[in-house]
Amino acid sequence: MSMFPISASDLRFVPNGHAVLQGLDLTLGGEGISVVLGPNGAGKSVLLRILCGLLVPSGGQLRWGVQQDCPAGVAMVFQQPIMLRAAVIENAALGLIPLGVGRAERQASAWAMLERVGLADRAKDSARQLSGGERQRLALARAWLTRPRLLLLDEPTASLDPSGAEMVERIIREIRTEGCKIVMTTHNLGQATRLADDVVFMANGRVREHVPVGEFFRRPASEEARLFIQGELPWQMAF
Amino acid sequence: MANGILKRLFVASAFSLAALGAVAADSITLASTTSTEQSGLFGHILPIFEKKTGITVKVVALGTGQALDVGRRGDADALLVHDRAKEDAFVAEGYGAYRKNVMYNDFVMVGPTDDPAAIKSASDAGDAFKKIASSAATFVSRGDRSGTHSAEQRFWKSVDVTPSGRDWYKEAGAGMGPTLNMAAGMGAYTLTDRGTWANFKNRQGLAILYSGDAKLFNPYGAILVNPERHPHVKKALAETFIDWLTSDEGAAAIASYKLGGEQLFFPMK
Amino acid sequence: MSIGGIGAAFSEALSLIAAFDHQVLEIALLSLQVSGLAVAIGLLIGLPAGACLAVGRFPGKQTLAIVANGFMGLPSVVVGVVVYLLLSRSGPFGELGLLYTPTAMVIAQVVLVVPLMAAISRQVVEDAWREYAEEFAAMRFNWRQSVRTLLYDCRYSLFVAVLAGLGRAMSEVGAVMIVGGNIDRSTRVMTTSIALETSKGDLPLAIALGLVLIALILLLNGLAFSVRNWAMRRFD
Repeated sequence: MSMFPISASDLRFVPNGHAVLQGLDLTLGGEGISVVLGPNGAGKSVLLRILCGLLVPSGGQLRWGVQQDCPAGVAMVFQQPIMLRAAVIENAALGLIPLGVGRAERQASAWAMLERVGLADRAKDSARQLSGGERQRLALARAWLTRPRLLLLDEPTASLDPSGAEMVERIIREIRTEGCKIVMTTHNLGQATRLADDVVFMANGRVREHVPVGEFFRRPASEEARLFIQGELPWQMAF
Repeated sequence: MANGILKRLFVASAFSLAALGAVAADSITLASTTSTEQSGLFGHILPIFEKKTGITVKVVALGTGQALDVGRRGDADALLVHDRAKEDAFVAEGYGAYRKNVMYNDFVMVGPTDDPAAIKSASDAGDAFKKIASSAATFVSRGDRSGTHSAEQRFWKSVDVTPSGRDWYKEAGAGMGPTLNMAAGMGAYTLTDRGTWANFKNRQGLAILYSGDAKLFNPYGAILVNPERHPHVKKALAETFIDWLTSDEGAAAIASYKLGGEQLFFPMK
Repeated sequence: MSIGGIGAAFSEALSLIAAFDHQVLEIALLSLQVSGLAVAIGLLIGLPAGACLAVGRFPGKQTLAIVANGFMGLPSVVVGVVVYLLLSRSGPFGELGLLYTPTAMVIAQVVLVVPLMAAISRQVVEDAWREYAEEFAAMRFNWRQSVRTLLYDCRYSLFVAVLAGLGRAMSEVGAVMIVGGNIDRSTRVMTTSIALETSKGDLPLAIALGLVLIALILLLNGLAFSVRNWAMRRFD
């Protein structure tokens, strides 16, 4: 049973009376990379967490295909991925534990995956001693290893140097070509143009635009989007 | 992984413990008194018995009252205690199969060498207790239902003194040794058996001030815990021990225990 | 006791250690075996229990956490008496004939160390759980998998629980005295022989044995800390 299209209508999230999402409408197909853009406080991270089933919306409708509950096959990489106090290989294999994969098989798959993300030579090192870029690659490997149908990435290259960010982007493209749907947030517009198939532009807890990437940057439909692209929209501003 | 180490540790300890328990297959548990244990008597006679019979005697040293309780619950095979009245009651109530005389020693009254109650000049043991009461000199009582405690209470009663609650009367609620430690620390009088005193090292200013009255006689009896009431009692092994204690051989072993050249226990044979 | 007495105790302790006094060695070994096994069993019960208290969501969780914290200071004499009554021939488990055996001492010490280890484990795991909760939820860990993984992750911090348990078990006297009976060459451990020597008024020997016990505990702590530091340098 497919979890796509994922459709949200009039989605609300109002923790402790503070409105974060206020009537969000969105439909996501099962292919390509959707990049969620928008100023800070627009509700991007909250949207990803709701799509992952980590937060429960306060109102509105959300369907993964026909299912009302978040299905299996969803993985998420957080902005600050947490690593166990253990070797890189142990951390890479972590996501397979809930899938009931045996220890030996977990290790074997993790090895293969570390090869793909270029961390095989660090396999026995402590995961907590990795650099920011390596850590992000390890988090991607950990998520990818579970063979998700939907992968959610929250600011995967924030605070990485350009070469670190480039390696992470390469891995993201590779995951996409394997047919995994990716929804990611970023503040890096260059990255959005390089990776995105479509752009979801959010402001004030709503989706303002959801269009192919070329169209978004050539002809932004809303005034907010135009200002945002020009960098004239302050990150913290309230509309 | 840490789990593996844990498991190995667990298995290893379990094995070592099992081995530890297995050593004493032919053994009995003897509930006895701190006075016999701390005088060093068991350290002297038990190896002789073990060498002859191969039976290990495991001594749990308690006050006589507690030792009788342990016997009542069936947690010992035999008892060696010193409180004749309670021992007879124990057998009469069916907790003990029988009681046999084993040996005696005597109680002595110790106190500070300057002897503020002047019990050195007492005419008999009762008089010594009376002098302590009338001069309100500090006295430390065992207060633990032990044989020594019972004996002390009999003396107070014989001279019509009710010491309980008086300022000068301190109930330790402890074994003979801790009671002596207290008396030494406070410069107080107390009643002790000669054996424990002889082996007691922390005397500070204490000395024997009164002894020798026949009323200070302190007999020890051996009791077989009733196997009819407690079927797990190792009757044959325990009887072997009691028989040996009351035999000529046992008597000789008891008599041969000396501390500082002094014989402490006298077989009643 | 005079200052000279303490000096005498020190030199007696040294000579006991130097001479490898056979009896002292045997007693120290039994202490290690009994307390070591109690802590090993305590680990298997207390650490997962503490982790469940940290991770689990169930009614009465708060109460259980308070009980575990409160029972860290459970009087060992009380534990001794309760275990005594349970194991006594007249008690519910009398048929096993465990009273006055090393096994009885292990049982009593397990009761003593489990709340302590559970309370420390709960604290340590709860701190880690705060960090990992979202990550684990995203990976769809169930609570069992969370508990296991957190215990693994905290293994070096949990050394503290092991050391605390070992310290408590090796230094307590009330419980082992009652359920073990302080039987010569059978259930006599360091603390009960210290109590015995004290009651015999042989304070220098009591202190000497005490010094041996302290040295033993320090040695174990030192060992544990070096292992932990080595491992932490490697993985943190």
